[in-house]
Amino acid sequence: MWGRGRGLAAPAPSPAGVHDTVETLAALFQYLISGLTNGAIYALIALGFGIIFNATHIINFAQGEFVMLGALMAISLYQAVPWLPAAFVGATLAVTLLGLVFERLALRPVRDRSPLTLIIITVGGAVLLKGLAMLWWGKEAYNLPPFSGAQPLHLGPATLLPQNLWVLGVAALLLAGLEAFFRLTLTGKAMRACAYNPVAARLVGIPAARMVQLSFALSAALGAAGGILIAPLTLGVYDMGTMLGLKGFSAAILGGLGSSLGGVLGGLLLGVAESLASGLISSGYRDAVAFFILLVVLFVRPQGLLGGKP
Amino acid sequence: MNGRLASLVLAALVLAGPAWAQNPPEPYVIGGIFSITGPASYLGEPERNTLQMLVSEYNAKGGIKGRPLKVVIYDDEGDVTKARLHAEKLIQKDKALAIIGPSLTHTSMAVLPITQKARVPLISCAAGIEITHPAAERQWVFKTAQTDAMAVNRIYQYLKKHNLSQVAILTVSTGFGVSGRKQLTEQAPQFGIKVVADEVFGEKDTDMTPQLTKIRNTPAQAVICWGTGPAPAIVAKNLKQLGMKIPLIQSHGAASKKFIELAGDAGEGILLPAGKLVIYPSLPDADPQKAVLARYDEAYRRAFNAPASSFGGYAYDAMKILAQALEQAGPDPDKLRAAIENTKNYVGVSGVFNMSPEDHNGLSPEAFVMVKIDKGEFKLAE
Repeated sequence: MWGRGRGLAAPAPSPAGVHDTVETLAALFQYLISGLTNGAIYALIALGFGIIFNATHIINFAQGEFVMLGALMAISLYQAVPWLPAAFVGATLAVTLLGLVFERLALRPVRDRSPLTLIIITVGGAVLLKGLAMLWWGKEAYNLPPFSGAQPLHLGPATLLPQNLWVLGVAALLLAGLEAFFRLTLTGKAMRACAYNPVAARLVGIPAARMVQLSFALSAALGAAGGILIAPLTLGVYDMGTMLGLKGFSAAILGGLGSSLGGVLGGLLLGVAESLASGLISSGYRDAVAFFILLVVLFVRPQGLLGGKP
Repeated sequence: MNGRLASLVLAALVLAGPAWAQNPPEPYVIGGIFSITGPASYLGEPERNTLQMLVSEYNAKGGIKGRPLKVVIYDDEGDVTKARLHAEKLIQKDKALAIIGPSLTHTSMAVLPITQKARVPLISCAAGIEITHPAAERQWVFKTAQTDAMAVNRIYQYLKKHNLSQVAILTVSTGFGVSGRKQLTEQAPQFGIKVVADEVFGEKDTDMTPQLTKIRNTPAQAVICWGTGPAPAIVAKNLKQLGMKIPLIQSHGAASKKFIELAGDAGEGILLPAGKLVIYPSLPDADPQKAVLARYDEAYRRAFNAPASSFGGYAYDAMKILAQALEQAGPDPDKLRAAIENTKNYVGVSGVFNMSPEDHNGLSPEAFVMVKIDKGEFKLAE
């Protein structure tokens, strides 16, 4: 009887235990989806940092503002012409142009100065762009409708919005396209040559100044695309760029500044780490996680996960 | 010779002029300190507009007790130091009879020691309960905005009526959210409500799915979100994203058209406590506030070509209460203060005010109504 009684009693707690485990797994899966979505945006920004760093050896701290401008311009364009593809392309082109203008007006006149001077100039540029955006759009937040519907999809125990898939999908496409551009086209190869050895590249006739311009255009376009993708989830507001820029910078450092694969890896890892930290520890630590990781990487492995020599 | 005599006579006439010409009565000076620019400009701007509008209305009708009103308004930009300087200036230089404002809780707290010492009535437009509490120590300080304790009370009344006894709270980490969180946790037991999840988010956070995922795993029957700006709209979107079907209740901080616009589809069905201004056309005619609200909204639209906001309403009530007291008691500071403290059954924009020596706000939770977002509009929920 004893044995039998125990035999019956023993399984009793287990369904609850199984249930708990399922719930915990479901929650983990949900954190993973949130983390990957944010991480994809960080990856796009991190790549923008990397491209400009490779071409010029400076950190462009206005990168986050390109994200903000992408989001707000797409919102304004959408209000004028309510057709999302047009808003997406129009805003990306506009911000690309702005990236070129920024390089021409703010950086080219002083391009032979030390990287430090140039980095400070980009900080100034970021403040200026943010201020202009505040004057133009005001301090209010704006909404961009999701690309395709707002009905949540069920993916096993977790749910996600079609917009999450758009973010992940378009980001993956952009990354693949960028990699193909660098590996397969002559211009892309020329840009890489400039990154490896600017002097040698110039000697074989690669127009280095043009490559710098192109790098600004590319990173502005990437940033803008990131901003437009995330706007339906997070709303667009004039001061959204600063934090996103810093997160993207942390992601770039984590992955290894200048390495494309590193940027992607860094972005995704950072996004997931943030999401897990706010879910499992406390939401107050969300932003701290990014900067804690940044500090640890700088102390322990300054070249980043996939970076070359420090 | 003649010319000189004429000019002397003229000079004498000019000098003596004021003595026998109809002496224009000294105006009553009313001071205003609002956050007209800076991050809280959404409060200060309608408050300034409303105060100016009311003062010109009074002057058009011949002022109060035959004396015109003169209003001096300063902008504190949401800055404590500027607010204090402006208060000193209003008292010392402008000789203000009373001061309306400031717009924010922390600026009001900074100004009130000055006005208390100078024995000048201050009618604050900020929400913080600590501004007038305890009233015995804050003899010269009054306020017209509803407190968050009333909003919480109203929400819990609603939940109790609908038999929802387990709630999850999700509050912003700013002063507004911290105060809301305190009220939500403290008042819950009185209504038999249990807070089963207590999560926090940052003012600028853009993804609250982790917090809501945690809430999803609790037996919560409703989520109460306490925040201002875009974050509450993101909470609404995230809740929808997670496919959560339990009701979402926002604070009065989300009671604006902007919130409906930002939340989009995700806003449908959200409940929140709001001042009656946002839904006044659907109030029953028996509601005493309906006429006041309609009059204020129409006058504001005429003057500024924009709909009136409940924030402007705080200045509206402050000026009306002050004018009523001035009418009764005249400019003597002690009598004026006593008359404000004795305000009874004043039907205003933010509610019906019944002040007393113990209560320098005079509103009850009934100043709020529960509204529901239905097809992009606020509708009465009950």
